Amino acid sequence: MRYDVAIIGAGVIGCAIARELSRYDAKICVIEREDDVCSGTSKANSAIVHAGFDAVPGTLKALMNVQGNEMMDKISKDLDVPFKRNGAFVVCTKDQDRSALDELIKRGLANGVKDLRIIDRDELLKMEPNIADDVTYALYAPTSGIVCPFNLTIAYAENANANGVEFFLNTEVLDITKSEDFFVIKTDNDTFEATAVVNAAGVYADKISAMANAKEMHITARRGQYMLLDKTAGDHVHSTIFQLPSKMGKGVLVTPTVHGNLLVGPTAEDVPDKEGVNTTTDGLTSLAPLSSLSVKDVPYRQVITSFAGLRAHEKDDDFIIGEDSQVSGFYQAAGIESPGLSSAPAIGVALAGEISRKLSFSAKSSFTETRKGILDPDTLSLEDRNKLIKENPAYGNIICRCEMITEGEILDSINRPLGARSLDAVKRRTRAGMGRCQSGFCSPRVMDIIARETGIPVEEVSKHGKGSEFIVGTNKEL
Amino acid sequence: MLNYDLVIIGGGPAGLAAAISAKDNGIDSILILERDKELGGILNQCIHNGFGLHTFKEELTGPEYAERFIKEVLGRKIEYKLNTMVMDLGKDKTVTAMNREDGLIQIKAKAVILAMGCRERSRGALNIPGFRPAGIYSAGTAQRLVNREGFMPGKEVVILGSGDIGLIMARRMTLEGAKVKVVAELMPYSGGLKRNIVQCLDDFGIPLKLRHTVVDIEGRDRVKAVTIAEVDENNKPIKGTEERYECDTLLLSCGLLPENELSRSAGVDLSPVTSGPIVNDSLETNIPGIFACGNVLHVHDLVDYVSKESTTAGENAAKYILSFNENDSPDRVVKINTENGVRYSVPAFVRPDKMADNLTVRFRVGNVYKNVNLCVYANDTLLQKLPKKIMAPGEMEQIILIKNKLNEVSDLNTITIKIEEA
Repeated sequence: MRYDVAIIGAGVIGCAIARELSRYDAKICVIEREDDVCSGTSKANSAIVHAGFDAVPGTLKALMNVQGNEMMDKISKDLDVPFKRNGAFVVCTKDQDRSALDELIKRGLANGVKDLRIIDRDELLKMEPNIADDVTYALYAPTSGIVCPFNLTIAYAENANANGVEFFLNTEVLDITKSEDFFVIKTDNDTFEATAVVNAAGVYADKISAMANAKEMHITARRGQYMLLDKTAGDHVHSTIFQLPSKMGKGVLVTPTVHGNLLVGPTAEDVPDKEGVNTTTDGLTSLAPLSSLSVKDVPYRQVITSFAGLRAHEKDDDFIIGEDSQVSGFYQAAGIESPGLSSAPAIGVALAGEISRKLSFSAKSSFTETRKGILDPDTLSLEDRNKLIKENPAYGNIICRCEMITEGEILDSINRPLGARSLDAVKRRTRAGMGRCQSGFCSPRVMDIIARETGIPVEEVSKHGKGSEFIVGTNKEL
Repeated sequence: MLNYDLVIIGGGPAGLAAAISAKDNGIDSILILERDKELGGILNQCIHNGFGLHTFKEELTGPEYAERFIKEVLGRKIEYKLNTMVMDLGKDKTVTAMNREDGLIQIKAKAVILAMGCRERSRGALNIPGFRPAGIYSAGTAQRLVNREGFMPGKEVVILGSGDIGLIMARRMTLEGAKVKVVAELMPYSGGLKRNIVQCLDDFGIPLKLRHTVVDIEGRDRVKAVTIAEVDENNKPIKGTEERYECDTLLLSCGLLPENELSRSAGVDLSPVTSGPIVNDSLETNIPGIFACGNVLHVHDLVDYVSKESTTAGENAAKYILSFNENDSPDRVVKINTENGVRYSVPAFVRPDKMADNLTVRFRVGNVYKNVNLCVYANDTLLQKLPKKIMAPGEMEQIILIKNKLNEVSDLNTITIKIEEA
C-alpha cells in the first residue's frame, strides 16, 4: 500500500497532523499499535490548555503552546469538543519567593501570553475560597483552559477520517527502511510504503526514529499519577490551581475537568518502562499532602479513580518538530510532553504545512472542516428529547446510571466512523463507565451492546483490545 | 404530568414490600419505577439460598424470595414501570423518569418512597495501586455475569474484602471450576455474616487473611498477578510482608454505599456515617412526604430486615397521604444519640407523641464486642440493659423502643444507645 504520508501514532498529535494534512489532495494513513486512537499519553494527562507562561521563551514549547491556546476556540467549535477557558492561578505561599511569580510574568510576556497579572490573597479568595491558608499571592492567567483530551483526539481522528485519511489500528510498526524516494514500513500486519513518514509515537518516538536511522533522541517515560474525584467535588475549585514550577514540571495541580469532576495530580517520576502506567502506593499517597500546599480540604473521600500517564520527556527538554536533519522525508513530532495537548492544534498546522509545501500538495476543495460529536440528549429540551426517543427509543434507555448515558449514545459511538470496539473506547467517547461506580453497573450491559452491534461473541469483547477480554468462558466450561 | 398518590423509586425487595404495605393501608394510586427489566432488584442474581429464614421460616433463594413479594404486588394490581430510570427528584416530589416507550415523563406524587438500594465501592474509590487491566470486578458485577448471563469472568481469583457478596462469590466461582486463592480483608474482622465465612470459605479451604490489603496489580491487558501485604495499625502496608499471587481476576467486596444521588438532588439530608437519609421513626426524611427504606437508607445484612423496614415505610407513607394537614403543628422530636461503639441508628430521631407503640431501632457496631451490655437510656434513666455475647460490624443489631416507657420520663430530650462493659 503506497501513501504520500504515513503518520505513526494516533495520539492527539498524530491525529491533529492527520486532520490538517487531510485538507490536501494526498493519500494519508495513520498507523496505531493500540485498538483505538487516544490510547497513550493523550488519554492520561491533566487535560489543561495552558496559557503559555511556563515555557522558556524561544523554545518550540513556548511558540506552539501560545499558538495552540489561541487556536483552541475555533478548533473546539469546528470539531464539537468541550472546551472552557476557566483561567489558572500559580500560587505562591508565604515561605516561597514572590519573585518567582514575576519571573513567570516576564516569561509569559516574552511568549506573548495575554492578560497575566499578579493578585493578592484577598482577591484570590473571592474567586477561590478553598485556596490554602499559606498562599499569599498568585499569578492569574485568564486564558488558561480545560478541554476533554479524549474528545479532542477522537474528533481530530474522525474529521481526518471523514476527509479521507485511513487509520490502521492494532498495527505495530516493527521496522522502517528508506529506498530511493520512499519509506517501507514493516508492521505486525501489513507493509506500508510512504513518501513521507511522521513520527508521532509518543514515548516510543526515540525507537521509531532509530528504526529510520534518523536523529538520535532519548525519550524518558516520566510518569504522572492522578486522582479523579466525583462530580460532587467538581466545584471545589473553579480555575486550575498550579504551584510554582520545578525542574520536573509544573507540580501538583488541582483543577476541575471540563465534565465537572475534580482532578488532582500529577506526580513526576522517571520510570524505566515505557509501558509503566501503573499507579503506586507512594505516588498516590503523595498527592494529598502536595495538593494541600495550594488547595485546602480536597475531599479525598470522593475519589472515584486514580490513573497514571507517561510524559514523553526528551533529554533536550523541548519539542522536536519538523523534517529530520539526517533523513529527508522523515518528520519528527517527538518529545511532546506538557504542554503537548495545548500545542496540538499548532503542531498539526505547522507540520502539515511543512510537509504539504515540501511534497507540493494542493488544497482539496472537498475538505469538510467541521465534525459533529455524539449527541448529548441532556442538551435538548424536554420536547426535543421526547421527539428523539420516539424516533429512536434507544435514547430512552439509560445504560450508564452514574453519567446517565443512553443506549443511543453508545450505539452512536460504535457505529460512527472509527467507531468504538472496546469498553474503554466507548467510555472515552460517551463517558459510560466513567462515573462514580466505575462501570460496575454498566459494563455487562455495554459488553452486550458491543457484541450485538459488531457481531462478535461476548467472550471477545475487551477492555482495550486483544488480550484484555473480560470473559474467560461460559459456566461449567472450566 | 402524571399524578399518583405514591411513587416508589426502585422495585427491589424494599420497594416491593413498601408498595404492598401502602396498598394494604389504603393507598390505591401507587407507581413503582424500576430501572431493570424485571422486578426483584439484586435478589434476581442472588441464586444462593438463605433468604427468608425470619420472614418465611424457610431457606429460599434470592429469586424465590423476590417472587413471593412480586406475586403480592401483582395480586394487588399495583402499577409499575420497568426499564425506567428516574432522572430527577424534586423537593416538591415531582419525579422525572425515562424509558423507551414513554420518553421523558414527569410524575407528581403526594409521597415518595426512596428504595434505590446501594452500589459497591469501586477499585478507584479504594485507591488500590497498580495497572488497570481487564479482570478487576466488583463482586456483584461478577455475580451478575456468572449467575444471570452464564459467563465466567476468570479462572484464578483473588478477592479483596470479606463482605457477604465476596464470600458468596468465593464459593460460587469455586463451584464453577475457578480456583479462589485467597480472600484478603483490611480489617481485623470480616465484614460479612459468620455463616458465610463458614459455608463459603472454611468449607472450601479458602484462606481468609485479616489485616491484609492489595498493594499491587500486575498486567497491562489482563490481570497477571496481585500482591497483598499485611497492614499496620494505621492500615498502612508493612514492607516485607508482601505475598504475590498469580491470578487472572481480582474481585472486590469492600463495602456497599447507599445510592443517594436522587435524594441529594431533592435536598434530602444524608448521614455521613451511613451515607443514607437521616429519618425519623416513620422513616420520613427532612422533606415531608419523602420516606426511605432498605439499603438506600442503610446497608442491611439480611433481606428479611429490609422487608420489615420497608413495610413500616409503606404504612407510614400511607398515613401521611391520608392524613397530611399543612396546618398541623410541627412534631416534638427527640434525637437518638449513639455512643461507645454504636455507629448510628435508624431512625435518628423519634417523635414521642406519634411513634409506634413498639419501635424497632436498627444499628451497627464499629468493632467486635464480646460479653458486653447494650444499654438504652432516656435522658439519664436506664431503660434497657441487654447482655450480648457477641456483636460484630458485619451483623445488624436492633432494639425495641417502647413508647409508653419513653413517655414516662419527664422532660425527655435525648435517647442514648451505647455499649457498656458487662
